[in-house]
Amino acid sequence: MEVIPLLKQLSETSGLSGFEGPAREFLRQTWQPFVDEMREGKLGSLIALKRGSGDEPRPKLMLAAHMDEIGLMVTGIEKGFLRITRVGGTDRRVLLGLEVTVHGERDLPGIVAARPPHVLPAEERKKTVPWTKLFVDVGLPAEEVERLVSVGDTISIQREMTELKNRRVAGKAMDDRACVAVITLALEQLARMQHAWDVFAVATVQEETGLKGATTAAYGVAPDLAVALDAGFAEQPGVSEAGVFPLGEGPSIGIGPNFSPGLVARLKKVAEAHEIPYHIEPTPGDSGTDAWAIQISRAGVPTALISLPIRYMHQPVETLDVKDVERTVRLLAVFVAGLEENFLEKLAWNTTTEGVDKQ
Amino acid sequence: MILEKLSNAIGISGDEGDVRAVVLEAIQEHVDEFKVDTLGNLLAFKRGTGRNRLRVMLAAHMDEVGLMVVDHDKDGFLQARTVGGIDPRLLPGALFHVGPERIPGVVGVKPIHLLKEGEGEKVSKIESLAVDIGAKSKDEAKKLAPLGTYAAFATQFRELGTTVSGKAFDDRAGCAVLVELLRGERFRFDLHAAFTVQEEVGLRGAQVAAYAIEPDCAFALEGTIADDTPKEKEGSPTTELGQGPAITVMDRSVISDRRLVRLLTGAADELDIPYQFKQPGIGGTDAGAIHLAREGVPAVTVAVPCRYIHGPAALLSLKDFDNTVRLMRESLSRLTRRTLKL
Repeated sequence: MEVIPLLKQLSETSGLSGFEGPAREFLRQTWQPFVDEMREGKLGSLIALKRGSGDEPRPKLMLAAHMDEIGLMVTGIEKGFLRITRVGGTDRRVLLGLEVTVHGERDLPGIVAARPPHVLPAEERKKTVPWTKLFVDVGLPAEEVERLVSVGDTISIQREMTELKNRRVAGKAMDDRACVAVITLALEQLARMQHAWDVFAVATVQEETGLKGATTAAYGVAPDLAVALDAGFAEQPGVSEAGVFPLGEGPSIGIGPNFSPGLVARLKKVAEAHEIPYHIEPTPGDSGTDAWAIQISRAGVPTALISLPIRYMHQPVETLDVKDVERTVRLLAVFVAGLEENFLEKLAWNTTTEGVDKQ
Repeated sequence: MILEKLSNAIGISGDEGDVRAVVLEAIQEHVDEFKVDTLGNLLAFKRGTGRNRLRVMLAAHMDEVGLMVVDHDKDGFLQARTVGGIDPRLLPGALFHVGPERIPGVVGVKPIHLLKEGEGEKVSKIESLAVDIGAKSKDEAKKLAPLGTYAAFATQFRELGTTVSGKAFDDRAGCAVLVELLRGERFRFDLHAAFTVQEEVGLRGAQVAAYAIEPDCAFALEGTIADDTPKEKEGSPTTELGQGPAITVMDRSVISDRRLVRLLTGAADELDIPYQFKQPGIGGTDAGAIHLAREGVPAVTVAVPCRYIHGPAALLSLKDFDNTVRLMRESLSRLTRRTLKL
């Protein structure tokens, strides 16, 4: 599969948290040739099983990336203009003037509107427009808007993925469809590789609104081991603090209480063995990703997180380096293929009264 | 429709060539003469059918607001400044076409997750933003987008039903009205059409065009601000979509000639064409430069109301557009030397 067309399709498909239908249907078709079984979780996550070659009962690995994206929701209609609120962590600063699609009785193109600067007091012009003064304009007569749009309809950002120089691409939903693409491409590679474990590829729902899909899908899958993949912060002008990594230098692997030390060590080892560049991302607490929910599913799951660096997170121009995607695919595929049947034994904690854990 | 081609063309002040080509293709079979002057204005002439003919100037500006590259940083990001007025609230998240090759460039801000308390309430100044074209070094950025390279909003024209959206409706809407007028029947007077340059940086093209044309009177055709989203207190000095063409009575650049205002409202009242007044105090148009040409020129501005001008996507009503063309044609048909008597 070509990487860039896949990223384009995934980024442009709509699927707001709780309304992931179009993204799920696309993935159902795309994953079909690579997996043995597929089903939907009760909240809508797509759960695919690719059986391993080991003896039954085989251990279960869950790979999770969320397919929901942030966006807007209609809260009211006034003079034909839509009042809006956000679904997930949508950034007010990027909304004004943005072209959007209102998912009403039919999809309606629209523009995020506010009063023009010419009529505003100087003080107000210097402030980000508050939600109460932002509207979506679909350019139709008020009575038609009333007929076609209801409170609760979702609004997605309308932005084609754009290819920048040096195989970098910018799109509206790279968080986290880029990692959904990583899982897709890894499944494709695994179709040509041997792996002992059963692999459950899961495109989760409602991550942006509280890890809901990961919570419920992890219960359903009951994995022995899990790797979540999500967008991480890439360096950009004015952003270079700790936990932020350069674009184009590979994914990062999280380290901290959310993650199984032994699993992290394995990922590092695999990356090094295959000369895949990576960074270590110190994560002192909540990783803010599906990994946080999966780790405490049922009786607990050893979990890791691979982050793909992305600039301008939660903005219509989420930018990534395609090379990072390819490296992450490789890392994931060789990690899965290299998992020995008894790997879990290596994750056992120290149960003697001496020494420290040496996972 | 011609507005689609005009809107999708790129022509930031000082670099209007692409728009001029679109206009020229649309009008050349409908005019008697045309020329491009020193600054780049496209001046077209359509002879009248009457005797002792008035010289009437119709002006619409081809240029649009945009960005210009002014520096490159070590990591390959472009520093840019606005050409004409762009509300900085519109920049984060925007997509631009950089330079003649239309290299895509994006503008992002610090992710919402990393903001300190209150930081998100402030609007970023353009000085603190950068255009990202994917370049990895200063040299690469310089090569791809040298100093002075223009960048325009990357927006495609869309039909939304009874309305349309696109970039640069200020003033491609005016250009489209003028094209429609040129494509129609001859008037009694000599029509001097001026598709002007550099309006957005100070009405520069119109000034020299008006000098050269030496008109008896002039009409600036515009796309003007509509301000009709819900507000705490109703009312606005600007316009509302769907209420017909906007006739400017006074703005920051000109007091419209009362005789021409009466000509317009007279024709509108007679034929039941809806119209609205743009009230004093906001904006300025080519009429501001034209009315001061040589010894002075009676001038007025007529505009198609547009929401969200100077932004990535403006929106206008096709009914307003048609009514603007109709109001202009009907008014111009009634224009005689007597109209201009003091």
